[in-house]
Amino acid sequence: MRFLLTDEQREFAHALDGMLSASGTPAVARAWAAGDHQPGRALWTRIARTGVFGLAVPEQHGGSGLLPVELALAFQELGRHAAPGPLVETVAAAAFLGRLGADAQAGEWLPRIAAGDAVLSLCAGAGPDALEAAPDPAGYVRDADAADPAPYALDDDATDRAPYALDADAADAVLLIRGDTVSRTDTHGPVQSSLDPARRLARPLDGTVLARSPAVTAAAVHAVEVARLLTAAQSLGLGRALLAATVSYVRQRTQFGSPIGSFQAVKHRLADTLIGLEFAQPLVHAAALALEAGAPSAGREVAAAKVAAGEAGYAAARTALQLHGAIGYTEELGLSLWIRKARPLRDAWGTPAICRARVLTG
Amino acid sequence: MDLQFTAAEEEFRAEARIWLAGHVPTTPLPSLETAEGFAAHREWEHQLAADRWSVVSWPEKYGGRGASLWQWLLFEEEYYRAGAPGRVSQNGISLLAPTLFEHGTEEQRARVLGPMARGEVIWAQAWSEPEAGSDLASLRSAAVRTDGGWLLSGQKTWSSRAAFADRAFGLFRSDPDTARPHQGLTYLMFPLDAPGVTVRPIGRLDGKPAFAELFLDEVFVPDADVIGEPGQGWRIAMSTTGKERGLTLRSPGRFTAAAERLAALWHEAPEGTAPALGDRVADALIGARAYQLFTYAHASRLTADEGAAPDRAQPKTGDLGAESSLNKVFWSELDLALHETALDLLGPYGMLADDADEAPAHGSWAEGYTFSLAGPIYAGTNEIQRHIIAERLLGLPKGRR
Repeated sequence: MRFLLTDEQREFAHALDGMLSASGTPAVARAWAAGDHQPGRALWTRIARTGVFGLAVPEQHGGSGLLPVELALAFQELGRHAAPGPLVETVAAAAFLGRLGADAQAGEWLPRIAAGDAVLSLCAGAGPDALEAAPDPAGYVRDADAADPAPYALDDDATDRAPYALDADAADAVLLIRGDTVSRTDTHGPVQSSLDPARRLARPLDGTVLARSPAVTAAAVHAVEVARLLTAAQSLGLGRALLAATVSYVRQRTQFGSPIGSFQAVKHRLADTLIGLEFAQPLVHAAALALEAGAPSAGREVAAAKVAAGEAGYAAARTALQLHGAIGYTEELGLSLWIRKARPLRDAWGTPAICRARVLTG
Repeated sequence: MDLQFTAAEEEFRAEARIWLAGHVPTTPLPSLETAEGFAAHREWEHQLAADRWSVVSWPEKYGGRGASLWQWLLFEEEYYRAGAPGRVSQNGISLLAPTLFEHGTEEQRARVLGPMARGEVIWAQAWSEPEAGSDLASLRSAAVRTDGGWLLSGQKTWSSRAAFADRAFGLFRSDPDTARPHQGLTYLMFPLDAPGVTVRPIGRLDGKPAFAELFLDEVFVPDADVIGEPGQGWRIAMSTTGKERGLTLRSPGRFTAAAERLAALWHEAPEGTAPALGDRVADALIGARAYQLFTYAHASRLTADEGAAPDRAQPKTGDLGAESSLNKVFWSELDLALHETALDLLGPYGMLADDADEAPAHGSWAEGYTFSLAGPIYAGTNEIQRHIIAERLLGLPKGRR
């Protein structure tokens, strides 16, 4: 076993980090929140050039095939830099179309996604909920004897609970999945402002049915798992950025004649924040490996990673806000871009409650 | 990046699984914190050692199998999954032995390790004193030079297993005139039945004598029982405590097995059990898996540069440095939350002590809960660990303790 990133993987993440650092993502996110998508599309193109979107596109359509470990690395960096836009949704749409097989839609969209020329949003409910799955605790810890879990279906109730598509106003199209049917829609209701202004929500309106078959459901379950994993990775990157910014702040902010970072209450809270992130990290990597291998445990491992990373990222935001004090509660500090994102990321593509239930049902 | 064990590792796992299936007592042994239970657990150590399963990672000449870190992790997973008894020899095996491998002499290893591996000599630790708990460096028990050795005097307390153990190891102040408290300490081993030693058992929270006070009055210890150089005890002990907090004392197998049992409890729970408990069961499963994977990642770093068949003089025990503090806080809080959830799931039966006739699972949840309450305290309190994390991993400035 070598449960470590390769040098190549580290270099890929490092290069992406460097590119994003040089791209001034805070200004891009502010413009995006104001409805100006121009800087965001320019950043999108730069992200595409690093090969990120190709990591979800089959080779015959100009990509590298689905590489969940590399994708998770990339989305950790995108989260670290609070990059705006339906990045997760576009990649999950690529995974969906790639899984659904060779039809006109795949041929139309996949090469454009890989090249960074297409921005898609995706609306597929909160994700797979086990309906009648047998509990299989032993399958959680890698076990050759583990039985195949029962098949999953998209839960209609969950779908109804996720009525909005992210950034539909910025997308070239929205894929709307309900049960065994996928439609393409180019129209949406009015943009609803959200707790994170850079995450713009709108209700997709009914469009053209593209396919209706059990294969749609299977591909949707797969796409939701990809979206869930990459949202978890974003949470982790976001949390790491918030922790680093806060550590740096408490070292230089002085009160009562000492840096506040020397106070026990501050130190212990930051230690707990680090613990949360450090123990979520390997869950994200393992879930990516499980997805890559098509392991029966993948859905469960992705759900576990989502809970841990989402909660750790959100805890990091709460810590960052508290330890920055009043300045952290203002919009003047760029930190607000990260703080506001933490809770939506924790909840998108599977709330902690849904993901915990998924872990329990196997 | 992968999570695959080799065929040879899987073979080792299967061998351990088969042996355990044939040997683990069907009825759990009485609590090892009682005289009767201690004797039964000592007997179990004999059984493990007879087929060389007591110290798999040690070299063969000391009774081990020369197992790799991966094989040790797999053995631990199988051990706890099989519901095998707690390890009464743990203090010796996971704290003293690594110290002897690293700092002891060949003669000390030859004399101490075999009887430890066979459960013939059970070791207690003698670190804390009434005035030196978290502030261990301020300890005052003295080691005074005498002909051919040292005379130990003073008081140690909260010594785990000392009520029934044979020997103890710990730190003593051999030079009272040093500039700083952690200097001038010496690491010594001594028998608990030596002239001048008085052992007074202390009832832990549930009344069982899980630890003891040790009163020492000019107890003679020969030079042969000093580990490392006199005066270097702090540095030597710290290499031991890193292991206590980290990998050797708390392998992930404990928690993955306990979380699986907790999940089973959840799925068997009567209709109408509060769904909110399910969230906590899920968190226990997630936490145990996270700890397992974190350990796999660390073991990967430790073994990355090793050859396929390393020829080692001593076992790799997984020294973690400051990272061990992350581990320690995480596993101790996980263990406590997991057991609290189990008691809640057991409802009215969660109130029964481990020795009650009607206690569920032969009292293992009650015993586990009582033990888990101590987790955030021993091996360096979690407050101390958070200091280490903040200062050594995050680089925050030192402040008042």
